[in-house]
Amino acid sequence: MTDTGIGASVRRKEDNRFLTGRGRYTDDINRTGQAYACFLRSPHAHAKIDGIDTGAAKNAPGVIAVLTGDDVAADGLGGIPCGFAPTGVQAPHNAPPRPALVQGKVCFVGDLVAMVIADDLNQAKDAAELIQVDYQELPANVDPAKATDSSTTRIHEAAENNLYADWGLGDKEATDQAFAQAHHVTKIDLINNRQIPNAMEPRCSIGEYDQADESYTLYTTTQNPHVTRLLLAAYVLQIPEHKLRVVSADVGGGFGSKIPHYPEEALVTWTAKKVGRPVKWTAERSESFLSDTHGRDHVTRAELALDENGKFLALRVHTSASLGAYLSTFGAMSTTYLYAPVLSGQYIIPAIYCGVTIVFTNTAPIDAERGAGRPEATYLVERLVENAARETGIDRIEIRRRNFIPEDAFPYQTPVVLAYDSGNYAPILDKALEMADRAGFETRNADAKSRGKLRGIGFCTYIEACGIAPSNVAGAIGAGIGLYESAEVRFAVTGAVTVFTGSHQHGQGHETTFAQIVADRLGVPFDSVDIVHGDTARVQWGHGTYGSRSLAVGGSAIAVACDKAIEKGKKVAAHLLEASVTDIEFKDGNFTVSGTDQSKSFGEIIAAAMVPHNFPLDEMEPGLDQRSFYDPKNFTFPAGCHICEVEIDPDTGVVKIVNWTAVDDFGKIVNPMIVEGQIHGGVAHGIGQALLENCVYDPESGQLLTGSYMDYCMPRADDLPNFNLGFTETPCPHNPLGVKGCGEAGAIAAPPALINAVIDAIGVDIDMPATPEKVWRALQSRPQAAE
Amino acid sequence: MQNFTYHRPGSVEEAVQALSAASDGTLMGGGMTLLPTLKQRLASPSDVVDLGGVAGLSGISEDGGKVVVGAMTTHAEVASNAIVTAKIPALAALAGAIGDPAVRNRGTIGGSIANNDPAADYPAALVGLGATVRTNKREIAADDFFTGLFETALAEGEVITAVAFPVPERAGYAKFPNPASRYAIVGVMASTGPAGTRVAVTGAGACVFRASAMESALGGGFSADALSGASVSADDLNSDIHASAEYRAHLVGVMARRAVAAAG
Repeated sequence: MTDTGIGASVRRKEDNRFLTGRGRYTDDINRTGQAYACFLRSPHAHAKIDGIDTGAAKNAPGVIAVLTGDDVAADGLGGIPCGFAPTGVQAPHNAPPRPALVQGKVCFVGDLVAMVIADDLNQAKDAAELIQVDYQELPANVDPAKATDSSTTRIHEAAENNLYADWGLGDKEATDQAFAQAHHVTKIDLINNRQIPNAMEPRCSIGEYDQADESYTLYTTTQNPHVTRLLLAAYVLQIPEHKLRVVSADVGGGFGSKIPHYPEEALVTWTAKKVGRPVKWTAERSESFLSDTHGRDHVTRAELALDENGKFLALRVHTSASLGAYLSTFGAMSTTYLYAPVLSGQYIIPAIYCGVTIVFTNTAPIDAERGAGRPEATYLVERLVENAARETGIDRIEIRRRNFIPEDAFPYQTPVVLAYDSGNYAPILDKALEMADRAGFETRNADAKSRGKLRGIGFCTYIEACGIAPSNVAGAIGAGIGLYESAEVRFAVTGAVTVFTGSHQHGQGHETTFAQIVADRLGVPFDSVDIVHGDTARVQWGHGTYGSRSLAVGGSAIAVACDKAIEKGKKVAAHLLEASVTDIEFKDGNFTVSGTDQSKSFGEIIAAAMVPHNFPLDEMEPGLDQRSFYDPKNFTFPAGCHICEVEIDPDTGVVKIVNWTAVDDFGKIVNPMIVEGQIHGGVAHGIGQALLENCVYDPESGQLLTGSYMDYCMPRADDLPNFNLGFTETPCPHNPLGVKGCGEAGAIAAPPALINAVIDAIGVDIDMPATPEKVWRALQSRPQAAE
Repeated sequence: MQNFTYHRPGSVEEAVQALSAASDGTLMGGGMTLLPTLKQRLASPSDVVDLGGVAGLSGISEDGGKVVVGAMTTHAEVASNAIVTAKIPALAALAGAIGDPAVRNRGTIGGSIANNDPAADYPAALVGLGATVRTNKREIAADDFFTGLFETALAEGEVITAVAFPVPERAGYAKFPNPASRYAIVGVMASTGPAGTRVAVTGAGACVFRASAMESALGGGFSADALSGASVSADDLNSDIHASAEYRAHLVGVMARRAVAAAG
């Protein structure tokens, strides 16, 4: 390992500009002559619109245009498209349209009613207040479990009973049969609480139109610029893709909420041509709460069947999952194929069936949020496993060991589609138990008791399916796109290497990690490698960053492109060294004739290829640039064990996290420092969900009650413990780097570990988030409280 | 934010003049509540009269056995001032746990009590320590100052100039913060001294109030144990997504015991 190659904790290159205030965020961009947009949003969760009077607003000072759904329809704009329609739907499959501005009704608080464009932002806001909308309120529903009730008002004409689809995965008959033979059945009802992702940077979009070549540019905060370009150009504007450039330079966090293509992006682009000026919109934080896509929001009943030895026989799950008011770009993916296929966890469960009733509610649209489906699945499996242990009297660690997929069973085909490529779970658990000093827990517990505190320990042994995804699988499950990734490696005469990647960085440190891969692969100096991303005019193509896919898929594409350059370089070296190409070996940046000291450095080969004075021009073209479109062979399957220890103040119900141990197997690790940072962030995210964060809509009015940081509780540094991290390494066998991905693991592992610890401390079940009052009430409900 | 006329008077008299000349004017202390409200267009005053330039409104002194805190004194100053930390450490601790560092370095005691947010800390300090509010017109006992939800006894054109705190023999403050906003879900200031034995509760109700049953219980001895049977009724307490009235009533008991236990 070199000090900048794979395995080195190289400091992040990009932090120089981030930490000195020189980031290039979308809101930092200002175009000559730009106008400002603001949006009039629905104050009601559900209402018919009988009329909109924009007369006064249009005449207000500085106003350039006031637009409504009628204008969108008159110009023939397409609706905001969905990029995923799951296969395996029982019936029906209702996909109502989503016009960019509402037409005739609003379906959630924050829905887009009108757009005002003015010379400055305050003028736009003043004018928006002058728009008169005649609303006729309708009953609203925000609860996924009530969406299909006959008494619930229908939201969309195209979705009877507010049902998007009834979807199922697994062998229902075999599962039911296994339950019929079970020695013991553990049942659980739980809610996976709705989250608001809260990226640090609010969304921002600037549309621009160039009359000279009839092309558009959209500067926007997206995790996947090419996908946004495809959806906006082909479906909404209905223009050729090459007439739209999407630029997404530095982005301040996404967590999934910047995957979808949003109506505001379409509207600023459309109006840029209409008003003949660039149009800029930046979300205020209040708008982010209302209109960014939210995550989770499941209501689930699940049962685990066990035999007399505590072996799992079958798992049966039914979930009501909300899509919010509209189908977001990948909304239905998180509730289906990113959810049910990971229900097997680290265990042999011979039969699994999962049914999901996917519904519309009068809430902000749901889409991916860090983990997207996998946290929901892991939370229910790991809650069930610990409950089953308690009910059967088997130790919580022992029941896991009895049911682990053994090391020699890989590759392992689960009953829910996925075939795990690799894994070795017992050593992860062993290491975590040792690092967490499980053996010393009883001593710590006794000490806590003497201080009047309730101490608990909870476990989570998770698997993740990430590095999405083989394109044929993506197609088979209903994605509208492939899920390969592209990379292009370009060489300058003087030796500099520029990598164009379809992955997108919004906090992950790709400019460092990817440069490490190139430096390691080609043996060129780390500082000579630059990474370019986030601009459809510069990067050939890409699917973007989500699902912990950047390293496993995007990084693999870079590695393959490098390997192609090495292969060509061998031919150049053979020519220069007057040897046979089969005798050329490449190692540590040097092409050497096998068994001799004759060699050429990579830099010399670049120079020879770019200035081909002495080059086999009869056999091949000059230059060394290479491109790869890498399609993964399988998902990757990171795994790990997180152990959480809490102390609870019985007087107040406050939960304090006192120890956190995480042992993760991410395969090969490129930059340990960045990986640790991802674990810290992911666990913080999961702790947020389990303890603090809860998106609450008023059940009657549908108003968002947690619409600011006064009421929506983000985790802060003093809410978090120190993290005790460890790693094991089972390399991924099917990608060239042996890597698996780490971005979502913490958010997947943390909630069950934490809630299991709380339940261990208080002795009764509790739902997330475990707020002080909920814990206090749970303590009051205990039989011993009466003593 | 909508347009308004900004004034920065140099004296209380000029401030009162500017306010009375305005069609819909408002005074601004540190602006920690007013500015976000303006930005969200929830308030649109015609005139904002900034007290930041008024001489003599800021600073802390001792006066006849009382600690006098100028109306424009920031929370950070109260938290770190030598007189306050020596004479009334509970007040310094309370001020040091308001909001975050930015708020503590901008927000003022006068602004906070004039706003009378039901979850603010200072109302509990004033009532719990038996303080007196000094204005350009009169002195108002803290017990009479806070009259209801965001309501005070301040009259038209009346400007807070200082708050005078008697020095207690013992005082303690315990706060159960809202995990999101870190305002008080329940905050209790308990003290005994020249102003009598006092237990003032903020956060739990529409306005700060004294827990009389607890004050009586402490009459026999200022100790946490004395409070073991005392409670407040959940009737009329606040109930929201963070805490029900019943839970708040329970927390008043817990925080009162902790405040007394912490009293120096």
